[in-house]
Amino acid sequence: MKYRSVFDIIGPVMIGPSSSHTAGAARIGRVARSLFGREPKWANISLYGSFAKTYKGHGTDVAIVGGLLDFDTDDTRIIHAIDIAKQKGMKLRFIEEDAVTDHPNTARVIMGDHNGELELVGISIGGGKIEIIELNGFELKLSGNHPAILVVHNDRFGAIASVANILAKYELNIGHMEVARKDIGKMALMTIEVDQNIDDKILIELEQLPNILKVTKIVD
Amino acid sequence: MFRNVAELLELANSQNKKISEIMIEQEVTVTGRKREEVLSFMDRNLTVMEQAVERGLKGVTSHSGLTGGDAVLLQKYIEKGNFLSGETILDAVSKAVATNEVNAAMGTICATPTAGSAGVVPGTLFAVKNKLNPTREQMISFLFTSGAFGFVVANNASISGAAGGCQAEVGSAAGMAAAAIVEMAGGTPAQCAEAMAITLKNMLGLVCDPVAGLVEVPCVKRNAMGAANAMVAADMALAGITSRIPCDEVIDAMYRIGQSMPTALKETAQGGLAATPTGRALESKIFGIPLKEK
Repeated sequence: MKYRSVFDIIGPVMIGPSSSHTAGAARIGRVARSLFGREPKWANISLYGSFAKTYKGHGTDVAIVGGLLDFDTDDTRIIHAIDIAKQKGMKLRFIEEDAVTDHPNTARVIMGDHNGELELVGISIGGGKIEIIELNGFELKLSGNHPAILVVHNDRFGAIASVANILAKYELNIGHMEVARKDIGKMALMTIEVDQNIDDKILIELEQLPNILKVTKIVD
Repeated sequence: MFRNVAELLELANSQNKKISEIMIEQEVTVTGRKREEVLSFMDRNLTVMEQAVERGLKGVTSHSGLTGGDAVLLQKYIEKGNFLSGETILDAVSKAVATNEVNAAMGTICATPTAGSAGVVPGTLFAVKNKLNPTREQMISFLFTSGAFGFVVANNASISGAAGGCQAEVGSAAGMAAAAIVEMAGGTPAQCAEAMAITLKNMLGLVCDPVAGLVEVPCVKRNAMGAANAMVAADMALAGITSRIPCDEVIDAMYRIGQSMPTALKETAQGGLAATPTGRALESKIFGIPLKEK
C-alpha cells in the first residue's frame, strides 16, 4: 500500500496549483537538498512526461527550486523561489526531456557546489506524495510502505554494523535493508526501512559515526 | 489496515463505529501519534480550508487571468433567491469554486486529495454545515470519512490526473465528499459507500486536459460539478438507493479506465479542451509564444 496516512489524502497544506506538480515537486527538491546537506550552488533539473509538458503552468520548476531552498509545501516563498535562488547566485538549468519514463511525473535533479555533487530521480505519484527512485546512480527500491533512512557512507568495514547498533539502541526494527556501492572502497548507500517513526535525534547520532557522510529520512 | 471499502465497512459494522472513527483509530495505530495530535492536525487542515473558502468568496484572480470571480457571481445569484436547483447545492458549488480559484491564484489550500480537486470536499462541507449545524468535532470527522474513502482509492487506483485522468482527482474527491456528507447527515457506513459508488460511477472516464497545463480551465468548473454530483449522490444514498456495482468494483473500474486512457488526456495539455483552437490560443497568449503545430 503506497499511502499509509490519512494526511496523505487530506493534505498537505500547500501553495497551489497542483499537489503532484507543485507540492510533490517541492518535496522532491527538498529531499535532494536534505540529502546534499546544504544549499547547492547550481542545479540542472530534467523534467519528464507530464512534468515536461506542463511545468510552466504548474510552477513545477519554481517548486523544485523552492525545495532546493528548503521551503516546505506551504511556504509562500515558493512562488518567488527562482528569483530568490538567483539572488543567492544559484545557477539553474531546466531541461525538457522527451524520454518516456515509467512514471509520468518524473524529475532528475543534478546539483552541486565546489565540494561535491548529488544526482537524484524522484517521482510524484499523486496528492503530494513522492518516491525517490534513484540516488547518485544507485537504484532505490523503497516499497514506500514504511519510513526509511538513507545513509550515504564510505565503503568500509564496520560502517553497517555501527548504524545497526544505533537503530537497535533506539529499538527501531529493520523491515528491509539494502546496501549498494559502485566500486570497492568508494561511496556506498544504505537504504533501511523501519517499522517505527524516526526521531531526528537518531539521524544526528548516526551522522556522527565514523565513515558516515550523510543521513536522511524519506517518509516521516 | 483496511485495504478496500468492504474491509472498511466490516470494521465499522462489527465494532458499531462510524467510518471517521475507524480512520482515526487506524491513523493512531499506523503513525504512532496520539489521538489528540491526529485530531488537532486535522483541525489545522480544516482551518486552512475555511480560510481558502473565505478568501475565494471575497474574489480572487489567477496570474493568467483565466479564472477567478465565479464564486462571487454565484453567491450574488443565490442571494437574489431566484435559483432553480437548490440553495445548499449552489452554495457547495460556489465554495468549491472559491477554493479552486484560490488554488489557481497560487494561494494556500489543503489538498483533498489533490490541489486540482481541492474544492469539492470543503465546498460540500461548508455548504452542508449551514444545513446541519455540525459541531467542530463533526466537521473534523467529515474530513476523516473523506480521507478513509480517498485512502482506499489512492491505494487501489490512483488520485493522480497524470496517472488516471480527472476521474482520479475530481472523481475521487466527489466520491469522498458524498460519503462524508452521508455520515454527517446520519446515514449508515453502507450508505456512505453507496454514495461514493454512485458518485464515482458518474465521473468515470473524465479526462485531465488542462488548458495551457494550468490548473484552471476546466479544473475549477469540474470541481463545481464534482460538488454538485456529490450532493445529489448523497441524497440518493440517504433515500435508500444503492449502486448495482459495489464500491470496490467501481474503484477498480476507474483504475482500469485510467490505465487505458491515452497520455494526451492525462495532464499533458496535449488533448481534449487543451487542444481546442481556443485552448491553444489561450496557451500561446499566456506564455507569449506563437501558436505551433501539434
